[in-house]
Amino acid sequence: MTAADVLLLALGAIAVGAGWRVVITSHLVRAGLWLVVTLGAVAGAYLVLAAELVAWVQVLLYVGAVVVLLLFAVMLTRAPIGASSDLDRPGWTGLLVGGGAALGLGALLLDGYRWQKVDAPAVGSAQLLGGEVFRHWVLPFEVLSVLLLAALIGAIVVSRPAPGDDSGSR
Amino acid sequence: MSGYLGSYATLGLLIVVGALVFVGAFSANRLLSPSAPNPAPDKYRNYECGLDPVGGDWAQAQIRYYLYAFLYVLFAVESVFLFPWAVIYDRPEFGASAVVEMGIFVAVLALGLLYAWRKRVLRWT
Repeated sequence: MTAADVLLLALGAIAVGAGWRVVITSHLVRAGLWLVVTLGAVAGAYLVLAAELVAWVQVLLYVGAVVVLLLFAVMLTRAPIGASSDLDRPGWTGLLVGGGAALGLGALLLDGYRWQKVDAPAVGSAQLLGGEVFRHWVLPFEVLSVLLLAALIGAIVVSRPAPGDDSGSR
Repeated sequence: MSGYLGSYATLGLLIVVGALVFVGAFSANRLLSPSAPNPAPDKYRNYECGLDPVGGDWAQAQIRYYLYAFLYVLFAVESVFLFPWAVIYDRPEFGASAVVEMGIFVAVLALGLLYAWRKRVLRWT
């Protein structure tokens, strides 16, 4: 085993352990904070796999921005926030969905690669990614801006008080 | 250390050494300082501006914080796409098209900022 293998295994263990904590904790805010550990470990795995830009984008966007958004959303909707006893669902549905997804992905990867060795790709630098995006993936890139715009307008519309509601607690 | 993982190993080593210095300094503090029970338990209470805290520490956040966080996410995504664009747009094989494409992207997102501004989301009071 090389150093990269050991690092990947360790980061995977951290990601799975923290993900387990996300699911079992009864504090929604703590679940959000454990999500930081999970996403950070996944970013570390990207880094080991030489996807440098994607790793730092993961840190910047998911750890930095999306988790903050998630925590604000939780703090908006459940107050006062504490341990919630109504978060548990029957285990068999989760087992079905999680086990099915793991089995499906595993079967897909095994069928796709069949234990053959794949060369490590070039370091995923900004130049490489920029060239790919602006040469082959321009339309998804532009559609992404429309998606973000729609999400922002949706958030603004939802957060505005209903007409005639002058309580001022916007 | 050289190479891709090597450069990050140097960074990791630096972080580990920094953490060790921190732990060492605080352990030395713990070992060397005299320990006496705290005569005033109130010393550990949280307070702001010298006022005693009232109520619990978890409160419902106002929705405008969410909107500001959302605006931050939006423009974080935009800036993330600006990085790979900034290193390639002046290459001859892209020409003006890459500039126009990024212009459209930024313009569509600027519409969102314009909408937020027109809907007075950006005003705090």
